Amino acid sequence: MGKTLFDKVWDAHVVDAIDNGPQILYIDKHLIHEVTSPQAFNELEERGIPIFRPNQIVATADHNTPTLNQDKPVKDALSRKQLEQLSENCKKNNITLYQLGHKYNGIVHVMAPELGVTQPGLTMVCGDSHTSTHGAFGAIAFGIGTSQVAQVFASQCLLLTKPKSLRVTVNGKLKKGVLPKDVILYIISKLGTNSGTGYFCEYAGNVFEEMSMEGRMTVCNMSIEMGARGGMIAPDDTTFNYIKGRKFAPEGEAFDKKVAYWKTLPTDADASFDKEYSFDAEDIEPMITYGTNPGMGIKISEAIPEDENPSFKKSLAYMDFKAGERLVDKPINYVFIGSCTNSRIEDFRVAAQYIKGKKKADNVTAWLVPGSKQVEHQIIEEGLKTIFDEAGFELRQPGCSACLAMNDDKIPQGEYCVSTSNRNFEGRQGQGSRTILASPLVAAATAVEGKIIDITKHLN
Amino acid sequence: MEKFTTLQSKAIPLQIENVDTDQIIPARFLKATDRKGFGDNLFRDWRYHKDGTVNTDFVLNDARYSGKILVAGDNFGCGSSREHAAWAITDFGFKVVVSSFFADIFKGNALNNGLLPVQVSEKFLSDILQLIGSNPETELIVNLEKQTISVKDSDLSENFEIDAYKKTCMINGYDDIDYLVNNKELIEAFEAQKIY
Repeated sequence: MGKTLFDKVWDAHVVDAIDNGPQILYIDKHLIHEVTSPQAFNELEERGIPIFRPNQIVATADHNTPTLNQDKPVKDALSRKQLEQLSENCKKNNITLYQLGHKYNGIVHVMAPELGVTQPGLTMVCGDSHTSTHGAFGAIAFGIGTSQVAQVFASQCLLLTKPKSLRVTVNGKLKKGVLPKDVILYIISKLGTNSGTGYFCEYAGNVFEEMSMEGRMTVCNMSIEMGARGGMIAPDDTTFNYIKGRKFAPEGEAFDKKVAYWKTLPTDADASFDKEYSFDAEDIEPMITYGTNPGMGIKISEAIPEDENPSFKKSLAYMDFKAGERLVDKPINYVFIGSCTNSRIEDFRVAAQYIKGKKKADNVTAWLVPGSKQVEHQIIEEGLKTIFDEAGFELRQPGCSACLAMNDDKIPQGEYCVSTSNRNFEGRQGQGSRTILASPLVAAATAVEGKIIDITKHLN
Repeated sequence: MEKFTTLQSKAIPLQIENVDTDQIIPARFLKATDRKGFGDNLFRDWRYHKDGTVNTDFVLNDARYSGKILVAGDNFGCGSSREHAAWAITDFGFKVVVSSFFADIFKGNALNNGLLPVQVSEKFLSDILQLIGSNPETELIVNLEKQTISVKDSDLSENFEIDAYKKTCMINGYDDIDYLVNNKELIEAFEAQKIY
């Protein structure tokens, strides 16, 4: 019987197994940030345990950072303290930190791939559920809690029970205006928010094979929104070409050797999965969400479905939407393009291409928040900033920003925000805020029109 | 970690599905650098209105209900990996959360903090929610050794699953760090002969 991509990477990292219990899984790369690491550092210090492999940890400041005036001291005292503590902890323990203002600073799941830290066949963890992003490279990558951050600090390992396997296949030709974000929102709308719980998901089919690395990262990023701990895509030439030449990528012969190994990783033809789903690419259209979990998504032209479930009704009441209602023409005052889901250069290129020569609607506040300093520079170098400036969009500095609104980037009470982020939970973007998830193209079009439009009718 | 063996307590019914960790503890309260005090902000935006007044419609503010067991709807703890959610629930005083389904990361975080996630059938969940709803004095008995959850003075009872290793950890108050640090030689040997 053949092995899946997931099996191959997992099995190569098992140090030992406890009888009738979990396995000890070795972790190659540990990414940390300011919010979920301080308690782990404290715990180790209190117990007198040293950090086992500091050179396998990379740190960044992203969740709790301002997106304006990053060169000035952070105003909020608690946020400043959290950032200072990260700097101190990294310094004390010889951990590489790309702090606020550093040329490599950025959202942890944007920064690590663009530096070549993320590579096929690795195991990677971070105290952040969207660590699933890195699976786009054929790595096993997943989010962990702070107790587990401490475990990896102490031993570079975790005690885990091997998850079951799930494959989602999408074949066919995507329609014009359908982006990777629409593909994953479509999948989650079909499968629901807990269909992947207990599973690791592989995405297969020509739709993913033809996607750029940026697109694959958008897809894998949202695996957690259907409950899956992680998502993976088989590494191929697109993957190898992306990694080649990046700061931490192997070079010369070492790179070729790695590629030879990475080529052995894709799922064998005779491997089987515990659960399989497949979809037709042609059925996918630009998507939006109407509720308070990412599974509550519809094609942009569709009406909100009927459902008698009390939790469903509570969700619609929060959003102030009605079953049977269409969202096209709904006035929108806030648009956010950013987050670890959609803040890479390709996302801003798509937005700029639509926005070029147009103006933002007067009623809209439109924030563009790049995923990293490198993306920010690229936006300027490619002339996209000029397009955004002329159209009245505000390009801010990198960070998680309004995706979780830990900093000042909050959507006001009761306001709708068409957002390229990953979660539309109640209050996620600020107390009382109402999030509508969408692709960067739909977000850009909403900002220009001041309302939701059926983008498919504007592209032909 | 605190040990857990058995618990007999009244319970608080939270009849909402897909409770995400952003509701359990909103992101704006994640700026602390220690583990204490998160209970004050547990379900903050459901317990309080935006102006700070108490939302009397929310079950945690309903004086009829109390206890160390939280009984919640399907898919509890989805979303963000923040362990602050488990810290907030334990800091508030809960020792057990009962649901018909738990999100993976939350479940792991709960177990690492001595908070027992008890997964029951949908039928059992709906039965106990109804019982507690009609009689807030209803007491539940959770026995980790036997892996059972039952309603006091009734025939209603169900077995629940838990990983044998995690069960031992909960009963004895062990955590994973001790185990891993004690296996350093194995880990170093693995590093020396990695195949990738």
